[in-house]
Parts: sequence; C-alpha cells; structure tokens
Amino acid sequence: MVTSTSTVADIVVIGAGHAGIQLVDSLRAEGFSGAIALFEAQLGVPYQRPPLSKEFMAADPASTENSAEHGVMLRGPGFLVDMEVDFRPGRAVSSVDRVARELVLTDESRFGYRRLVFATGATNRALTVPGADLGGVIGLKTLTDAEELRRRLRQADQVVVIGAGFIGLEFAAVARASGCAVTVIEFNDRPMKRALSATTGNYFAAAHRSRGIELLLGEAVESLVGDASVVTGVRTASGKSIPADLVVVGVGVTPADGLARAAGLEIDNGISVDEMLATSDPAIFAVGDCASYPMAATGDRVRLESVQNATEHARTLARVLCGRGSAYEAVPWFWSVQGGIRLQIAGLAAPGDVEVMLGNPDEAQFSVLLFRSDRLVAVESVNRAADHVAARRILAPDAACGRLTVAEVTGPAFNLKQFSRSVMATA
Amino acid sequence: MAKIIYLNASGTPQTVDQDAPVTVMRAAIENGIDGIVGECGGQAMCATCHVYVDDRYLDRLVPIGDDEAEMLDCTAADRDDVRSRLGCQILVGGAGLDEIVVTLPSTQV
Repeated sequence: MVTSTSTVADIVVIGAGHAGIQLVDSLRAEGFSGAIALFEAQLGVPYQRPPLSKEFMAADPASTENSAEHGVMLRGPGFLVDMEVDFRPGRAVSSVDRVARELVLTDESRFGYRRLVFATGATNRALTVPGADLGGVIGLKTLTDAEELRRRLRQADQVVVIGAGFIGLEFAAVARASGCAVTVIEFNDRPMKRALSATTGNYFAAAHRSRGIELLLGEAVESLVGDASVVTGVRTASGKSIPADLVVVGVGVTPADGLARAAGLEIDNGISVDEMLATSDPAIFAVGDCASYPMAATGDRVRLESVQNATEHARTLARVLCGRGSAYEAVPWFWSVQGGIRLQIAGLAAPGDVEVMLGNPDEAQFSVLLFRSDRLVAVESVNRAADHVAARRILAPDAACGRLTVAEVTGPAFNLKQFSRSVMATA
Repeated sequence: MAKIIYLNASGTPQTVDQDAPVTVMRAAIENGIDGIVGECGGQAMCATCHVYVDDRYLDRLVPIGDDEAEMLDCTAADRDDVRSRLGCQILVGGAGLDEIVVTLPSTQV
C-alpha cells in the first residue's frame, strides 16, 4: 500500500469498481504521468462483479481455494502500486466542493482535484414492504453480500427471490442447482422485461420452470413475515403465502449519483454526461453505471449497467483526459448465464421493436433479431455465440448494418455469421 | 502443480508457478501479467484473454468448445486457426496438463 500524505491529485477517481480500475489502468497505458488518487468507500481489494451471482455463488465456501477474493480479484495485488495510484479504500466522500475543486471526506478533511471522475456505480433498490428488514433478507451487490449469501445458501432449504432480473435469476438458478426449493416473484408479466424481448423472456420463464423453479409472474410482494426477527415467509398481494428461510431481493438498482446531485451537476437518470463523458462541469466526468449518455447510433440518452459499458467508458475517458479523445460510440453488449443457458445480447432493444427468430427455441439454440424502422438494432442470442459475434460486427458504428432488413433475414437460408462476413469483405 | 510461461509479443518470458489448479487467464490476472484482460471473469464471453498456445502443448488441451470457437472470432489480435485459445478455458495443474507455454497477442481490446 502506498502511504501518501498528498492532499491533491491531477485526476481523482471516486469508485474502484470495473470502471474506476479500468480508468486508472488505461490512463497509465495512454502515458498519463500525473498524480492519480482513487477513493473507494468499501474496504478490501477491487473485485469483479459478474462471477458473484454465478461461479462464486456456486463454489463451496469451505474450500480454501474459494476464499473471499479467490477467483474474483480484478487485478493483481501489486497493481495499484505499480500504477502509482494513491488508493484510499474505506474512504467515503461526503461532498464535492466544485468552487474549491476539493472532495470533502467523511472526517471533514479535504482532497483537491484538477479533474474529477465519478465511477460510483449503482446501489441496490430497497424493498419497501413490511418485514424487509428481517434477518435472512439479503440483496446482492458487493463481495461482502455475495459471501454472506453464499454462506447462508448452504444452510437454506426454501429460497424466495424477489425480482426476476438478471441477478435474481442467476442466483435462483444456482440455488435450485444446489437443491433448494426456489420461488421467484416478479411484478411484471415476464422475466427480465426491461432488457429482453417477449420471446426470449418467455423462453427463460419456461426454462427456469422446467428446472423446478416456481416462477410467479404478475405478482407483487405484500410483506415479509418473520419469527424472532428472522424471515420465515413471504406474503404476496394475491394472498399466497410462501415459506422461506432465505429471501434475496433483486429489484434493480439506482445510479449512485447522490454526491453529483448535491454538488449541483446535471442529473438525468444518473449523472448526465455528453459524448465525451463530461458532466455539466467541464472539470468533472462520469463513467459506468452511474452515468447517462447520448448513444451515438440513435442520440437517445441511456444509462447501462454492464461490465462492457463500464470498461469501454473508462477507455474512452482515458483518451479524453490525455487530450486524444473522440466521442463514445461502442455498441453495448451484455451476457448472463442461468442454469447453464448462455444469453448474449448485442445492441439495445426497446418496446415495439419487430422480432425475427433465427434458430429453434425447442432445441435451446436461437437468436431473436430486433428491428426498428426496418433497421437491425439488437440481437439476443441463446446458446448461439456465432450469432452474437456476428451481431457485434454488424452493429458496429462503421458497419453497413442499415442494409440488413426484415425481408432479408426472413428467408429460410439466412445466416447471420455469413452475412457479417460478407459485410466485412465489402467494408 | 501448475506452471504457466507467458511470452510477450517480443518473446520475453514471465513464469507463474503455483500449487492449485488455475486457468491461464486467472493466473495472469492474479500475478499481474500484462497482456491478459479477462473482462468477463472467465465465462468465454468477452474474448479478452486470447493466447497463442505453444505447439508442444496443443494436443494435451481439452478440445475447443463451440462457444470458445465462436468467441475467438471476436479477438482484437488476429486469430491463429491452430494456436489461438481463450485463456479462461485452459485449466493448468489438473488432469493431463501441469505446465503450458503461451504467447500473448499484441492487444486484447
């Protein structure tokens, strides 16, 4: 650990998640030699989040190979020292003084910046029903959450997951595979509704049910009930009563934009940034889950929660901060693994997009192509990596995606991989 | 025992030796080997742990899976039809493979 008594740095980053760590890595790779300070409210080493609801959760915590940080470290132990980053874990920021260009820390000490980057991520949305504060009711966001959940899962018999989003379903699949009775309660009429087409969402609903998960759709949670402050069950709005010894809450996240909001920065579904990732204060930037930005392809303002978004933002911002920046234009992509089913998404769909199916859901291998105004905007692939790889190419900003129309893909012989190769060949 | 030798693009070796089985991707991250990113955490989703496997070890690897084969089309550096693999799919220190030599590509992103 670098012991530093500095009270100012050229670039100060708040948040040591995927975005913050990639930013300091890319700044040094781009040749930035100024002072960098990295503030992080959590203690411990920076870690990867995607495995927390998947392999990390499934691994036996009693094995020494599965100790807390094994398999999820984001970089090697000497990384931040090698990068000459003044890393301050466990140091929460209480406010930003934009006039003085200083952070005010929770101990009221101050730390100056020339340029400031918010990489603060997102925080779990809380469940606001009676009983939500009972013991055995847990969210999954941090490594600490994941460790506690993994330990409790080994002793649990009846698991209820509230919210059929990505994290909730990934966890539900692990819990089911470990032998628990699992019920998932979702307010919407299909799982992962915000992110997925009806076809793909309904496919996952059927797949989870066939693995023995009880999936209650269109159902609201009325209260959690307990005995001596420990949860024993969940009551739904329609009157169902489901016994539970472990309840996992996965009802989405909200951007961690409180500091930016209090500092008077423009907020619009997160910290609002332009295509160069600058906020309404030109000395302050934001990357990753906490930032909303205009998509190059459509101009729509979006805020994405993904590793790819975090790291690509960070790489783009590193170049901007080194004076070699260009507008952010990466194609978003996402993935999930649920009960061995591999879901990969390229692009961003929206309600009303036209769906075209490639492949066969009955064989558990298909892609849903989504078109808007007869233009391909997103591809959801289930166990069809070839389509996903092709989709990333076709949707790339310099590719000829405008040429791919609904009529073109509807023929029986259409093959996305071959199409992407032909686009490449003529590019 | 697992022994992994990483050659960077100019041929300089870096060696990782450890007791427990480990993937080529994870060992690189935990030991600060430059040239492996491993952004997805080891699920063959991101193709940023691309390596070229030394010829001597090719026939000792588990066969390339369908997903890995497709994701290798996403690598930033050129794919080699024979030697390219994803480091997250190569477990060293387990059955049949206690050491390996891999060359790192010039870039992963």
